[in-house]
Amino acid sequence: MSNTLIVITIISLFFLIVAGIYAVIKKDLLQAAIATGLISLVLSILFYILQAPDVALTEAAIGIALSTIIFVLAIRNTKRFEDN
Amino acid sequence: MQDFLTYGIYGTAIFLMLLGVYAVLVKRNLIKIVIGLSILDSGLHLLFVAIGFISGGTAPIFSPMAIESANKMVDPVPQALVLTAIVIGFGVTAVALALVIRLYRHHNTINIDEIKNLKW
Amino acid sequence: MKKLLIFGLLIFIGVEILDVLSEVPFGEDRMKVSNFYLEKSPEVLKVSNVVTAIVVNFRGFDTLGEVTVLFLAAAGIGSILYRRRSVHTELNPKRTSTEASNIVQAGAKVLFPLIILLGAYIFVHGHLTPGGGFQGGAIIATGFLLMLISYRKFFVKHSGVTWIESIAGIVFVGLGLLGMVYGGTFLENFLPAGELNSLISGGIIGIIYIAVGFKVGAELTGVLDTLLNISQDEE
Repeated sequence: MSNTLIVITIISLFFLIVAGIYAVIKKDLLQAAIATGLISLVLSILFYILQAPDVALTEAAIGIALSTIIFVLAIRNTKRFEDN
Repeated sequence: MQDFLTYGIYGTAIFLMLLGVYAVLVKRNLIKIVIGLSILDSGLHLLFVAIGFISGGTAPIFSPMAIESANKMVDPVPQALVLTAIVIGFGVTAVALALVIRLYRHHNTINIDEIKNLKW
Repeated sequence: MKKLLIFGLLIFIGVEILDVLSEVPFGEDRMKVSNFYLEKSPEVLKVSNVVTAIVVNFRGFDTLGEVTVLFLAAAGIGSILYRRRSVHTELNPKRTSTEASNIVQAGAKVLFPLIILLGAYIFVHGHLTPGGGFQGGAIIATGFLLMLISYRKFFVKHSGVTWIESIAGIVFVGLGLLGMVYGGTFLENFLPAGELNSLISGGIIGIIYIAVGFKVGAELTGVLDTLLNISQDEE
């Protein structure tokens, strides 16, 4: 891998960790669902760097668009905030 | 550098998996638990694709110009498995969220501590 | 105390997995079975995308099971969230709380055919370029999602979705049974392989991926339609 790709990879890994922690600890479920979508987005870039274009396409279509929208729809039909 | 990348990618994938397990075990909100399962899935997919990677490899697609490039290609088997796993993961998430909505209609809460009886 | 126990368990699992993975170095050699697939796919099957060859041909039975699981998920969501509708009016006010603005509606109308075209391109060229039935079907479902959340009067006909899905499934299973008749095993590739890197190549692989694309698109659209049409404060 070239140097640029290594830098992009390291930034992506950092984003993955931050978005994962945010999605787990945040009390607002809507923001947690968006953070889950962000994990899928960064993961799709990483799959492309790791030479897996098929998997990147699948993750982009299913992980980013469809998974996020069904989380949002489920939150709309239940409660938005997580109470202790 | 190679060492750092190895442990960086593997470590991040394992960290995401453990984060998902943590959310499933500790959180009391049902939608948070489903989010945890989704994160666990993501980490697993990253781990599989990273295992199949070869340094300097190309995507496993033969172009018209270079037919004989097969020995530089990355491993296609984990990619095919992950392709299956992503689609199945979406089905699992959708059914789990449908069950959460149904539970909310009957109990008016999605906190699993407040759902006392298991009758629908 | 409980959290301490959970952290201990997580650290134990993490260390064990890392310990196993230190035997598998990053970016080194492939598995033996992959070499077999990489060799056979361009020579015998004449398919340039090796992932497609594995998903549809070498592991075709697995894909049939996967499509079945997706169908069961769609049917399960429908039956879990079933509720007797009073009267199915032509306007469903519960889907969105406010009407989408004119800009969104006009943009959706422009983008919808392009998204459908992109999805169709991806699953027709599944054996030549990255992509295939699952990706194309998911992209088509996102196109329908765009129309469903922009227009209140846009309806997906459930009988149409069911028909498309059933016919695509019958095509998949029927090709498998024809392979049994002509080739000897289920999902045997009995059509002529053709030429590498041309659209008509790979025998039954292209036909099966087109069927999978229609099936996945119909199923995911059905799931989204079911979830969008449940209302909040009925009951």
